[in-house]
Amino acid sequence: MNIMVHAPILAIAVPLLGAFALPLFAKVHRNLRDLWGAAVAGFTAAMAVALAVQAFTSGIQVYTLGAPSPTDTVVAGGFPIRIMLVVDALSAFMGLITTVLGLASLVYAWRFLREDQGKTLALTLFFLLWAGIYGLEYTGDMFNFFVFLEITSIAACALVGYRTWESRPPEAAFKTMALYTLGGLLVLLAVGILYGEYGALNIAYLSSKIRGALVDKVALGLLLGGLLMKAGTVPAHMWAPDAYGEAPAQAAIVLVGNTQASLYGLWRVLFTLFGGALFAPQVGWLVVALGTLTLLVAVLMAVIQVDLTRLIAYGAVSQIGYMLLGVGVGLTVLSGRPEFGLVAIRGGVFHMLNDAATVGLLFLAAGAVYRAVGSKDLRALGGLGHDLKWTGGFFLLGALALAGVPPLNGFASKILIYQSSFQLSPILAAIAVLGSILLLAVFVRAFQGAFLGPRLTKAEPAPLSMLVAMGALAVLVIALGLVPGFFLEHLVNPAADALWRGRDLYLAAVLGG
Amino acid sequence: MSVVVRTIARLLLPWVLAFGGYVIMHGHLTPGGGFQGGAVVASAVALVVIAFGAEGLKGQKNLFSFLEDLGAIAFVALAFLGIGSTFFRNVLAGGGGLFGTPVPFGPNPGWLNTGGTLPLMNWAVGLKVLAGLGSVVLLLALFGGKEDG
Repeated sequence: MNIMVHAPILAIAVPLLGAFALPLFAKVHRNLRDLWGAAVAGFTAAMAVALAVQAFTSGIQVYTLGAPSPTDTVVAGGFPIRIMLVVDALSAFMGLITTVLGLASLVYAWRFLREDQGKTLALTLFFLLWAGIYGLEYTGDMFNFFVFLEITSIAACALVGYRTWESRPPEAAFKTMALYTLGGLLVLLAVGILYGEYGALNIAYLSSKIRGALVDKVALGLLLGGLLMKAGTVPAHMWAPDAYGEAPAQAAIVLVGNTQASLYGLWRVLFTLFGGALFAPQVGWLVVALGTLTLLVAVLMAVIQVDLTRLIAYGAVSQIGYMLLGVGVGLTVLSGRPEFGLVAIRGGVFHMLNDAATVGLLFLAAGAVYRAVGSKDLRALGGLGHDLKWTGGFFLLGALALAGVPPLNGFASKILIYQSSFQLSPILAAIAVLGSILLLAVFVRAFQGAFLGPRLTKAEPAPLSMLVAMGALAVLVIALGLVPGFFLEHLVNPAADALWRGRDLYLAAVLGG
Repeated sequence: MSVVVRTIARLLLPWVLAFGGYVIMHGHLTPGGGFQGGAVVASAVALVVIAFGAEGLKGQKNLFSFLEDLGAIAFVALAFLGIGSTFFRNVLAGGGGLFGTPVPFGPNPGWLNTGGTLPLMNWAVGLKVLAGLGSVVLLLALFGGKEDG
């Protein structure tokens, strides 16, 4: 058996099995549970990385479940009847982001979570969420996309709200659940419409059939609504500050990955599923408008926050706006294919990786603050820099990167977005720059409020495992900023090309030449 | 609950359980399957809770959560059986052994010993659902009625 052939499904099935078996191992001994978790996480990460290498070097990887051979995508007559995983450069790129966030979360959680506060439960839910995110990114089937969307929704809401001994997490989880369910239902309705019309659920097959009839437009609208809701864009962003704000830090960074997987689904729907229907300019402008609105509203809301994690949460929402702006600009000009459209998509896709590292770092640093002093209210915090030297440094690094200060990673992707959106309309670039300036002001205030000033209370420094997780993300933040060319060339450009002109390859990989 | 309810519950219980088992077992032949059958069995738990109170089943919480885990693991493990060719490959179908009788062409009364891994997966799902829904019913009955729940 060649294990590499099975890499796409193993990256989903192994964490799923890991999640189900974890509570049983925990009943035996907690060290056995930790060992099992580490083994599952290591294997999953290895599969995702190996799969990415394959996808980047030898093209799209297809895996057909239940078939005599993984590459038997169609039955006689050329119809893809089985469930399928299709991993192109963009899916592989998203898988790498998920891997980075998942490993950082797990290393951080090792010392961050306390045994008497539901550590086994949190780890189980983490693996379930992780498996669901990989599923969202690798699936080539619309109904499976919905199923994985529900898996991530349920696991994410449980992670937000499992700390029932506090009053706010369950409320945040309920709010999140309501919006996730609504979003999921919209997606399900759209999938039903497409299935009713074309009798198929396979993305590639549907894409080859969709011609832009009225029902297709309805389905597109429903998918857009559902996925944007799940991604936390304005005007459906109100769950995000609650969820990010109340989730424990190790869960919040996986929620970032979950949000990005929804955005990935949006790109897949817009560029691959509806790539042949040519709604591009109008839908592109819609995405651009929502992106601009999201970044502006989120940044303005961040200005007035006094809660550290809610403030970071609004920062995270504003970054979703930049991604939508970048990819939206590319979508708007998709039919004419001018050079700046590709640059815009590269900027948007690159920003997903940068956002994962930066926002992840900020949430982990905020978690360390909360663990040390039991508060995240900026009015009460102060002077933590005396005791939490490393955490303070990491927070400052993340804050500067999020605001797009060179030479950090946020700048590397934002400059691409500024340039290209300027060519579409200078107003867009101006708003994007304004958003970054406001973010800098917001985060400088947050850093000053939490870490500078006289020492108010004695704070216990963060344990080593938490520092290692933060350090790894910090190294990534610096590396992505110092040598963006390397990452662009090897990771981002192939992923952006998969959107820009990869639809034909995607269809050919599934349906045959 | 009154003696009438308790007596009828006692009479009905085996039939509910048998029907649930039937729905799970014939999942690959008739409408129904693991989820539906598991839900029927879980309704037996609800019947017991209503007729006799939840306190008696309090000790079964751990058993339920164990069975739920077991069902989920069994499902993934059954899917892994096919990894020699592909994940979820139905390796037992048509093999002649357990659930391996090839299905004859045309109308038939429903041969139970067919379907390969499908009936086994139905049992895995049934176990997961009966334990999952059962514990939901139990927990609602144990904690649901109180103000501070």
